[in-house]
Amino acid sequence: MPRRARTAGRRPPLVLLVPACVAALFALLPLGYLAVRALERGPAFAWDVVSDERTLELLGRSLGLTVVVVAACLVLGISLAWLTVRTALPGARAWSVLATLPLAVPSYVAAFAWLSAEPDLAGFGGAALALTLVSFPYVHLPVAAALRGIDPAQEEVARSLGHGPLRTFVRVTLPQLRPAAAGGALLVALYVLSDFGAVSLMRYDTFTRAIHTSYRASFDRTPAAALSVVLVVMTVVLVAAEARTRGRAGHARTGTGTARPALPVTLGRWRPLALLWCGAVAAVAVAFPLGTLGYWLAVGSSAGRDLGGLAETAWATFAVAAAGAGLTTVLALPVGVIAARHRGRGARLLEQAAYAGHALPGITVALALVFFAVRYAYPLYQQLPLLICAYAVLFLPVAVAATRAAVLQAQPVLEDVARSLGRRPWQVLREVTVPLAAPGVAAGAALTFVVCMKELPATLLLRPTGMDTLATRLWTETGAGSFAAAAPYAAALILLAAVPSYLLGRHRT
Amino acid sequence: MRRPSVRRMTALVTATVLLPALAACGSGDKDSGGEGDASSLVIYSGRNEKLVKPLLDKLEKAVGAEVEVRYGDSAELAAQILEEGDRTKAGLFFSQDAGALGALSKEGMLRKLPSATLDQVDEAYRGSGGDWVGLSGRVRVIAYNPDQVGEDEVPDSVFDVVKPEWKGKVGFAPTNASFQAFVTGMRVLKGDDATREWLQELKANGARTYAHNLATLDAVEAGEVSLGLVNHYYWYERVAEKGEDKVNSKLHFLPGEDPGALVNVAGAGILKESGQSETAQKAVDYLLSKEAQTYFADRTKEYPLAAGVTSSVEELPAFESLESPDIDLGKLASLQETLAMLQDVGLV
Repeated sequence: MPRRARTAGRRPPLVLLVPACVAALFALLPLGYLAVRALERGPAFAWDVVSDERTLELLGRSLGLTVVVVAACLVLGISLAWLTVRTALPGARAWSVLATLPLAVPSYVAAFAWLSAEPDLAGFGGAALALTLVSFPYVHLPVAAALRGIDPAQEEVARSLGHGPLRTFVRVTLPQLRPAAAGGALLVALYVLSDFGAVSLMRYDTFTRAIHTSYRASFDRTPAAALSVVLVVMTVVLVAAEARTRGRAGHARTGTGTARPALPVTLGRWRPLALLWCGAVAAVAVAFPLGTLGYWLAVGSSAGRDLGGLAETAWATFAVAAAGAGLTTVLALPVGVIAARHRGRGARLLEQAAYAGHALPGITVALALVFFAVRYAYPLYQQLPLLICAYAVLFLPVAVAATRAAVLQAQPVLEDVARSLGRRPWQVLREVTVPLAAPGVAAGAALTFVVCMKELPATLLLRPTGMDTLATRLWTETGAGSFAAAAPYAAALILLAAVPSYLLGRHRT
Repeated sequence: MRRPSVRRMTALVTATVLLPALAACGSGDKDSGGEGDASSLVIYSGRNEKLVKPLLDKLEKAVGAEVEVRYGDSAELAAQILEEGDRTKAGLFFSQDAGALGALSKEGMLRKLPSATLDQVDEAYRGSGGDWVGLSGRVRVIAYNPDQVGEDEVPDSVFDVVKPEWKGKVGFAPTNASFQAFVTGMRVLKGDDATREWLQELKANGARTYAHNLATLDAVEAGEVSLGLVNHYYWYERVAEKGEDKVNSKLHFLPGEDPGALVNVAGAGILKESGQSETAQKAVDYLLSKEAQTYFADRTKEYPLAAGVTSSVEELPAFESLESPDIDLGKLASLQETLAMLQDVGLV
């Protein structure tokens, strides 16, 4: 194992620290709101809500679901990443694009599709299935990026010392994938904790249900806020746990010269099995929801074939999601670099701040932004810039995780060299760190783009009046029971998501 | 391996951030008309755009002012208005159910309506504080499949669907808001113990659960279940969409003030602080006009609530003939306890 990075202890330069603090403050806005609302009726009331026996039970159910979904996503994400990046799998490029698309399927659409095919799926199993199939790309994408960045020399050494391919993978490759996989797993965990769509349709009662009930049944924001604080605490614990799994190992190559691309593993007699595995995942995660949409179109009478409107909505969605992904990536960059290159309490706090609100249900974050915007940024309220900022608050961790994993793989020594040659910190960042981390950062931007596109609760509350995205149209049509009319919007979401992953693929060849 | 160049990425990112932002600034003047502008009206609508947009387009002409509509979920819009407080952009809140209006009323955010407006609607279907008014009603019914059940065999009370002869033959949507309002109504009328017992028996009797009312109705159509607990208008919409000969199921309206015949309403209230009261008042009066009430009857197949307007939908029993339970809709705000009960019983 290479030694840990030498730059580890140094204080981050101001050029990183200042923007990183801005990003963290941004991400902390929802927590400020929660504090105000949760304590509205005094700490005793909030404590009563939180310490209720039912609250603990629901928390247990949420955590159980989280563990199962994370484990399943790790298996799916890592296996597909390895097969598509490292082996001579036929059609690797296409499989790798297919493995990103499920992220664009809103969890409630996935749950709905499964339920209409098999009503008995309702419950824990169905919720775990639907959530796994929409969130495994969170693991797949960063792990694939990391696999591309690993120097194959170590694996070759292991092979030359007599390790078989499996042993090499487990002992040499897997440890190097740990930051990327753990970062992805953390995102999956937070996604599962925050999800409401899939669990409510599958009638599996979780913590978010209690929060939604508070809004919907008793129209009371105080218990909702108190319960949300519990989710924030959970997040902090999970982020700390993930940090512990990182260990002290370095993840960049230390050898001289340029790493060669790894030679693809020939699968031999395993090839049909590998294809079957990829095919099965693509079938259940992509073809099945698309097929369900096709079925809605075919049998429904409510299909309005308003192609002009669809194109206009798709374009608006594309623009706002791209802007959201752009802003999120820019904000995440300094946080991700600091998290990768610097240790110590300050760096840890910054990263934790970025994650803190990520397990909150979208409606809670949306109300927080309503609260602040109405008070302090009224001219921006219900205008596009605020919606774009909302996406950044919601999805900062997605981009931070990708950036951090990418920077970890770049050799710190190159930065040292640049510094020794008299480069200022921002020049080092611009000329060395960012270019080296670019593929991973771009993968993070693509992920962010896709999740921005399907975001619903914050978009509904914060969009300019009259503006529609694919997700809001989908919500409108399904809300009126017009599934046939909803299908084109859901399909467009999935197809649009193919654009960034396709573009990313082009840079790999 | 080719990597995206930094410069290209920076350019792309800058462009994607700036372009929509600039576009937003360009259109900013047009959108910022909300607060305090008497000549325009912002409506927060918890009712689905597909259902009410044509009506609200007509409303815009009728009130003679520019009308902007923001669609969302009734409960979430209520929370948003509460968060906005005095600076709310909404002049009128058009809600899918009474509960969300009640929540705003409780916080004193709604303006008292003139009695000329209130008096058009039966006292049972408006806010007890006189600050919101019901516009259209939907009644809970039992849908049945006539191939499996004769008209005279359909139970006259929801309490009968838990009898052994209906084992595994009843469908309902436990997460649906109207079903939950009905359970709340049952609690108000018959008490918590009787309601809990009914729910337990319903579950023990193998009643099948569906994601929503439409799925329940489909299950009755397909003969998957014989009886379905639904709202009346889904059936009439289905008939309007497919033609009556293509719809197999039939509806049974429950007599004798049974809790299973609860009437839910959609309604509207005017926001006190929006500075749009005058236009909003015109809008409420339009929504109670014959034209708008007839729209509810024809388009959404609901019951018009304004006095003197009757639905022309064929085979729909007259509103006055319904034997619905007499219940204060304000009391339906105790939905929280209903959900706790549904959770305890294991139905949601």
